[in-house]
Amino acid sequence: MQPVGAAAPLRVDIAEKTFRSSEGVSMTALKDLAFEVRRDEFACLVGPSGCGKTTTLRILLGLDTDFTGSFQLPRNEGSRIAAVFQEPILLPWRTVEQNVRLALPKDMRDTDLTPLFDSLGLSQMRSLYPSELSLGLARRVAVARAFAIEPAMLFLDEPFVSLDEQTAERLRYLVLAVWSARPTTALMVTHNVREALMLSDRIILLSARPAHVQGYFDIRIPRESRSPQVMSDLARSFRQKFPGIMRGELGQP
Amino acid sequence: MNLRQPGTPAPHDFQANHATARSLLASITPALTVIASLVGLYLLWHVAATVWPSRAFPTPHQVWTVLVKDTVNGELPYNLAITLARVVAAFVLAMAIGSAVGILLGMYRRADRFFNAWVILFLNIPALVIIVLAYIWFGLNEVAAIGAVAVNKIPTVVVTMREGARALDPRFGEMASVYRFSTLDRLRHVLLPQLQPYFAAAARSGIALIWKIVLVVELLGRSNGVGFQIHLYFQLFDVAAILAYTLAFVAVMLLIELLLVQPFERYATRWRRRPA
Repeated sequence: MQPVGAAAPLRVDIAEKTFRSSEGVSMTALKDLAFEVRRDEFACLVGPSGCGKTTTLRILLGLDTDFTGSFQLPRNEGSRIAAVFQEPILLPWRTVEQNVRLALPKDMRDTDLTPLFDSLGLSQMRSLYPSELSLGLARRVAVARAFAIEPAMLFLDEPFVSLDEQTAERLRYLVLAVWSARPTTALMVTHNVREALMLSDRIILLSARPAHVQGYFDIRIPRESRSPQVMSDLARSFRQKFPGIMRGELGQP
Repeated sequence: MNLRQPGTPAPHDFQANHATARSLLASITPALTVIASLVGLYLLWHVAATVWPSRAFPTPHQVWTVLVKDTVNGELPYNLAITLARVVAAFVLAMAIGSAVGILLGMYRRADRFFNAWVILFLNIPALVIIVLAYIWFGLNEVAAIGAVAVNKIPTVVVTMREGARALDPRFGEMASVYRFSTLDRLRHVLLPQLQPYFAAAARSGIALIWKIVLVVELLGRSNGVGFQIHLYFQLFDVAAILAYTLAFVAVMLLIELLLVQPFERYATRWRRRPA
């Protein structure tokens, strides 16, 4: 029994996850996938597209229970988990503020959300409906919803895809700012190595299907000192450690 | 709208006023069209009834006289209220049971496969058969009357709501389970808004169908209500009274549509009307 609030990490040990199609064809997505994310650490799950990153996330979110193995989520009071999905998944019939507030547990329903909305640049949008927002803004609302519940574990599934580079970059900085204000154990799925190098403390590199961990890449340099120069150094050492990863399947470096 | 006292100097330029007038005209044109069309129908009826005078084909004026007379002596309002109460009771019953069953069938495929045959069977039983059987089995009473109307409507509600439940977006459900929405929140904020268009469709066709069946139920086995009155005047061969009751009830149903159904729908779909 782990004492509450102690350094309980995210421990994942998935023996196997197999999909069976209705024609009886089976496909093993994950095989002996084991990794750990330390407490209050921002980790990135990087791997070729279609390797099973999102499948892993769905298992950890409890949305897919058909697998063998086990995992353990970090705990704190409430032990809430939050997710930013690939699509924002906001309720179109509720306003921005209602969307965020509905995710809050009962005893937090009256929390003042102004600081959070301010820091994400959403203060003017609180009473708008999601259909009135651009994709970039809708993503920000999804980020606000995830951080609002003060989760013990935060999952992000490619939260910056299908945005133009400028918007994506701005959103990365916003996420970083909100996360730094209240660090929480986070696991982000991405296929963009540069993004992972910019945001994370640790990169977990997955192999092609069936996915297992190919290696770790720890980054100890504080995020605020990751200047373009430092970033390109990081990219170089990443390339040396995992040759042939930065180009090809993983998309642009 | 900008209503100005006559003689007040207009500070705005003439073109702006012109544009306002044109948009005002555009906004009342549909209403004018409806009024013109109704007046046309009235005139056609009046001319036809004057050219071929007959007891079986009264003029609008004769119908109006009956309408006023029965309103004043209280008979029309009383029977309208009775029928309306039956419509409301049958409607609420049919929507509640039909929605619950339809949503369950839409969510559980195995149950749907089993009960689908029942739904098809009930969809195809003629309304008249259900009414007659209800009166035979449960007696000539209010419960049998309202129950028979509801049973007629339930299968169509089931079919519509089942379609709605099948179209539910699983992503919203997943989001709700990750964020641990309570059952009530899930129902109020995730499930019902997604089903709302289907519910509105079922309700709208439901009202239209139910009030017609209620008249038949009243005709066959009740001693009050619009259906009973029409039956009575049929035996007296009083077409003016039949038309008076019919028109009064149609007017009531139109008012319900305009004052209750449409405003509610506008409210429920307010998030849809403002595109980005």
